[in-house]
Amino acid sequence: MANILAVDDSASLRQMVAFTLKSQGHNVTEAADGKQGLDAAKSTKFDLVVTDVNMPVMDGISMIRELRKLPNYRGTPLLMLTTESGVDKKQEGKAAGATGWIVKPFNPDKLLGVVKRVLG
Amino acid sequence: MSIDISQFLDVFYEESFEGLAVMEQGLLGLDPDAVDGETINAIFRAAHSIKGGAGTFGLNEVSEFTHTMETLLDQIRDGARGVTTSSINVLLRATDCIQHLLKASQEGSEVDQATLEAVSSELEQLLSSEDEADSDNADVDPHGDSLDQTLQIDSESTRVWSISFKPAPHLFTTGNDPVRLFSELADMGELEIVTDTSRLPDFNDLDPEQCYLDWYLTLHANVEKQAIEEVFEWVEGDCELSIELSQESVLEKTMVADETAPGPEPEPTEDDVPTPVKDTKPSPPPKKTTQVKAQKKANAAENSSIRVGIDKVDHLINLVGELVITQSMLGQLGEVFEMNTLEQLKDGLAQFERNTRELQESVMRIRMIPISFAFNRFPRLVHDVSAKLGKKVDLQVSGEETEVDKTVIEKIIDPLVHLVRNAVDHGIEAPDVRLASGKRETGTVTLSAAHRGGNIVIEIADDGAGLRREKILGKAVEKHIVTEDEGERMTDDDVYNLIFHPGFSTAETISDVSGRGVGMDVVRSNIRELGGTVEINSTEGQGSAILVRLPLTLAILDGQTVAVGEETYIVPLASIIESIQIKPSQINMVVGKGETFKLRDSFIPIVRLHDLFDIKNSIQELAEGLLVIVEDSSGPKGIFVDRLLGQQQVVIKSLDANYKKIPGFSGATILGNGSVALIIDIPEMLRLATQSRPAMAYPLTA
Repeated sequence: MANILAVDDSASLRQMVAFTLKSQGHNVTEAADGKQGLDAAKSTKFDLVVTDVNMPVMDGISMIRELRKLPNYRGTPLLMLTTESGVDKKQEGKAAGATGWIVKPFNPDKLLGVVKRVLG
Repeated sequence: MSIDISQFLDVFYEESFEGLAVMEQGLLGLDPDAVDGETINAIFRAAHSIKGGAGTFGLNEVSEFTHTMETLLDQIRDGARGVTTSSINVLLRATDCIQHLLKASQEGSEVDQATLEAVSSELEQLLSSEDEADSDNADVDPHGDSLDQTLQIDSESTRVWSISFKPAPHLFTTGNDPVRLFSELADMGELEIVTDTSRLPDFNDLDPEQCYLDWYLTLHANVEKQAIEEVFEWVEGDCELSIELSQESVLEKTMVADETAPGPEPEPTEDDVPTPVKDTKPSPPPKKTTQVKAQKKANAAENSSIRVGIDKVDHLINLVGELVITQSMLGQLGEVFEMNTLEQLKDGLAQFERNTRELQESVMRIRMIPISFAFNRFPRLVHDVSAKLGKKVDLQVSGEETEVDKTVIEKIIDPLVHLVRNAVDHGIEAPDVRLASGKRETGTVTLSAAHRGGNIVIEIADDGAGLRREKILGKAVEKHIVTEDEGERMTDDDVYNLIFHPGFSTAETISDVSGRGVGMDVVRSNIRELGGTVEINSTEGQGSAILVRLPLTLAILDGQTVAVGEETYIVPLASIIESIQIKPSQINMVVGKGETFKLRDSFIPIVRLHDLFDIKNSIQELAEGLLVIVEDSSGPKGIFVDRLLGQQQVVIKSLDANYKKIPGFSGATILGNGSVALIIDIPEMLRLATQSRPAMAYPLTA
């Protein structure tokens, strides 16, 4: 099973993401902002990163940009959780190196579907 | 696979209320002339999180409502829209609405649709006032389209799609893997894949991180182009892609089975989550709402959670560690005990006691939250009240990090609201009056909190007109609270304290703001119920200050144990004024009032606990027992008991939770000898006594 990093400043969404992924046997590490996420990713290699975009301290897109610079994360799937109003955000995220996105609101099945898609 | 997401609702509510507080504070601090980017960002982020969470947890009303607000905030953030005082006010009302919606959803209560619609239309108006709505349309349309198209799928025929997919060399560095894309397409129907390896270089020149392959795919699937495009959505711009409908053929029988069996796989992104954006969508499935409603009842506010700093928990673990060490030390001592190890045993027990006390203190600290939890609402309150009264008031808050038990905070909010509102309404003068008396036009209300001893002291001060002795006395005489003679002799402090007398209100006209039928007497009795006190200091012309002193926790009580017959009761120490022994000569019978005794010029009614609780074998003669003098809103009362046993801290155990509610008692505790003692709820007990007095008085007066 995969090692997954879930980054979101909203505890409820983060816990939901973590719980959903854990229910499928994945190992999930939680982080509350981009900075924490980046630090976690530097010390452990994750197979997948799922991150919120709008966060204090460091937003999700900046984190993705930094992650892609790390040799360990050149080909790692990095997913953004974004809202529909963030059309530009998707492009901005892609430019920063995001693999793809999950549009909020989402339910656990949708999350698992997308995760299955990137992890196989 | 279904996961019950409602288990995260509590956390969601909690963080949303925090988010709303951030929004409110931010909005109040927003200066229309110089909009602070970081502030507006924080407000936007909070709104955004609430919207996202609400949508995910099925609270569509919340998410829809927040969406409009978010759009507005986004425009302000981008500088496309200015901020005016009136737009701030609309946004403030909108945060109230979101709070209301969340509360309604949490508690399962009614939603005030009228207010919601009013504020909602205010928001819409604001939004359309300088139509900036492009972005709004942009993100709705694609959805509308896709929904239409997916609904149009013709189930009778199958389509054959030709897809050419030529990824850019850097594809792998985006984390996308063509294999995953293809497997997703394969889920839609039958997929044929042809790989073009012509771009593949010599092995020696090959960079394993680059993609050199092109693919030609044929998909037999009954789907719209949109669905296929969606599969490639993430790699758009990282590849050359063409998707063409090559033919439409009659569907083979086997394909039909294949298509329908796996269920709604091709379109999971669209229709299984209610999208909260606009009314182009069919209304959300009612099933969701009812689920949420049923759930709400279960976790209403009583089961509320509390956030605790990790340091507090660590400290607790540390203490438990020490306790375990002490325990094992005592255990060893006990195994082979000799008289010469007695000193060690004493040390061990002393250490044990210290550990227990520290543990108790630190467990109490877990329930402590900063008083800012209560103070946060005051900037808004002062803003609203002063605007309504046409006054200029500056609120200064200090000591908001002071920690108090969560229950105390929750119960002190109402009295504080009353006091702050009073300070603005009655304390601070109108701007012209202030200028005329040589003061600054803007009045100041100070709200502060600090720890003092085992108490928290909250001060509400204003630099307004102060209390006027003559006015209060005049009113008190008019209401027959004191006689003119008594008034003459009273000290200023005693006069000021008259405002806590039941039924006392000096406001000449009952204003919309303060005069809500709740007087200062209610404030005082609320504070007393918490085991606290309230005092007032005032200087005419310079302002007033009200000091509220509260215990840090309600879980532990300083109690006076008293004996009545063979029973032991606990009287909260905070409500006892004094305990005295009286002489038979002090006792009087007043018709209709029962027994009273004379104490320093006033007659104080006596409540016999043994009568009230029907206890046999107790002392009957007043002069042989003791009177514990307590005070409630109608003045002092003497409670007759056999004797006082001692003062001690007791841990309050809920009667409701362990047995059932008993009138006259606020709880119970376990004494050192293991027996249970009931804790007397003084105001409630006095009320009971008043009700039963006629029956009691009859045999005594006869």
